Amino acid sequence: MLRLEQVSLTFNEGTMDEKSALQDVNINLDTGEFLTVIGSNGAGKSTLMNVISGSVIPDTGNVFIDNKAVTPMQEHKRSQMIGRVFQDPMAGTAPSMTIEENLALAWARNKKRTFKLGVNKKRKNLFQEHLETLNLGLENRLSAKVGLLSGGERQALSLLMATFTEPSILMLDEHTAALDPSRAELITNITDNIVKKFELTTLMVTHNMQQALDLGSRLIMMDKGQIILDVSGEEKQNLTIEKLLNEFQRIRGEQMANDKAVLG
Amino acid sequence: MFISMFGAVETGLLYALMALGVYLSFRVLDFPDLTVDGSFVTGAAVSAVLIVNGQSPLTATVLAVLAGFAAGCVTGLIHTKGKINPLLSGILMMIALYSINLRIMGGQSNVPLLNQSTVFSSITSFWENLHLSAPFNSVLTAIGISNTPSTWGVLFFSLLLTLIVKYITDYFLKTEVGLALRATGDNKKMIRSFSANTDGLIILGIGLSNALVAMSGALIAQQGGFADAGMGVGMIIIGLASVIIGEAIFGTKSIARTTLAVIGGAIIYRMVVSLALRVDFLETGDMKLITAIIVVAALITPKVLESRREKRRRLRKRKELANAATTKKGADQDAAT
Ligand SMILES: Nc1ncnc2c1ncn2[C@@H]1O[C@H](COP(=O)(O)OP(=O)(O)O)[C@@H](O)[C@H]1O
Ligand SMILES: [Mg+2]
Repeated sequence: MLRLEQVSLTFNEGTMDEKSALQDVNINLDTGEFLTVIGSNGAGKSTLMNVISGSVIPDTGNVFIDNKAVTPMQEHKRSQMIGRVFQDPMAGTAPSMTIEENLALAWARNKKRTFKLGVNKKRKNLFQEHLETLNLGLENRLSAKVGLLSGGERQALSLLMATFTEPSILMLDEHTAALDPSRAELITNITDNIVKKFELTTLMVTHNMQQALDLGSRLIMMDKGQIILDVSGEEKQNLTIEKLLNEFQRIRGEQMANDKAVLG
Repeated sequence: MFISMFGAVETGLLYALMALGVYLSFRVLDFPDLTVDGSFVTGAAVSAVLIVNGQSPLTATVLAVLAGFAAGCVTGLIHTKGKINPLLSGILMMIALYSINLRIMGGQSNVPLLNQSTVFSSITSFWENLHLSAPFNSVLTAIGISNTPSTWGVLFFSLLLTLIVKYITDYFLKTEVGLALRATGDNKKMIRSFSANTDGLIILGIGLSNALVAMSGALIAQQGGFADAGMGVGMIIIGLASVIIGEAIFGTKSIARTTLAVIGGAIIYRMVVSLALRVDFLETGDMKLITAIIVVAALITPKVLESRREKRRRLRKRKELANAATTKKGADQDAAT
């Protein structure tokens, strides 16, 4: 489904700020796999997402989706196949437009946009059905401006918008990090439900180790632009935070320096 | 007085098309597009030259609109493909259009349309053949206005045209493409992640905006009886004034409401200008200064009103608190005695 071959990327090469963000990264993700990605700040997790989505072009290496090389494809073409939710709840929706208009924007992702009305009776019903699954009452607020929603509501809507057209790949980049704990838990549950319901091939970056262990069928740990750990199956099931930290120390020979990681 | 207000509404309706164009770029796309000063003249020049050369007014106007669309697309291309900031892209195009407009007008800076058949001469003769002005004028005479307009045809035609353009704009902004256009002005990163080509949408949007501006220019030239290389100077500010005044007075609750507000703003702007020109010491040349003052006033007034409301609210709260304290004190004293 998703394959990265020897992807490398250096920012600001040849300057003081030179930064090797990805070094020879290889990933092979099967259809329906749910990958959680952890690693300290600056490890290259967001850059990995950006390389897959096309908002950043790697120096070398290739990205394949459905066995098709997508590296030369422009971002907006690729995003027909990719659903994304960002960390910032403001980033995933258009604030001055209504809930139904936002859903209509998302609905058109994998279709050709036409000069027909974006919101009609039939689509309203469809949107309402999907909104009901969030259990936030948003189905009764179709014509409310999204700018009026709370951060958690917006993030839930972003998640729905990114997924209900069933993209080939779903990418979540710390999408619960900006929310308070109870909201974060809500969004985590919704994420779990949606991914299962649509059987989406998913990459989820998280700063919360427990979340990375609870969710998903496979886990990778990144450090300094490299994938240093890749576990799946039963091994992943039996993983604990302690084991993860020990593993990091064994590989890197140092304590995990991560002021942001939430261990619990 | 009535005649000058009547004229203000007539031209205001035609300038409203330009203001709708400015609304598309400034508000919908969040793109401060200064191409307007040039594309307004392009519309006027193309239609005037074609009419003088014997084309039908309708053909001339349609081609003027297409010329404006093309000019806007070039601005969009300079911005998106050349990665030049919006303001500079617009200014560059505006300057370029000044020369191009002179070329269109065959090197002259003014093309008169006296005694030519225009959209308006056709409308007026059609209207008067049906004797439609008489009933309106008799109403006016009945309420004591003796100075009646020569025709109502232009007014009703302008009203009809502007409303049609308004409804098409409202509809367009709700289509799938229109929604993507609005999202481009709202959150580019987001709409790109939903597979919209933001560059293409910006080019389309600025093109449509300038098509409306050029339509307005073409009609103003035909109504005024000339195209002039300088008639677009400050047009962007007039458009902005119309948008801001309209939004402030009529509100922005929905798209349909906002486009109506913009049209209202354009008419009110014309009325204010023609009232200002009735003041003895002001001259036609002062119009641009008046416009700038109107825009500044329109931008500042809401803020001043808001801060005064806040101040009053605070004062009231303090007074309430003070009153509560004295009554409590009084009650305490009563209790003590
Ligand atoms: N556009 C950019 N220009 C320069 N450096 C960047 C850019 N984006 C990311 N980096 C750098 O690349 C490294 C990896 O960043 P990122 O992928 O955002 O890390 P994280 O794992 O925290 O998401 C960081 O050191 C960051 O400073
Ligand atoms: Mg990151």
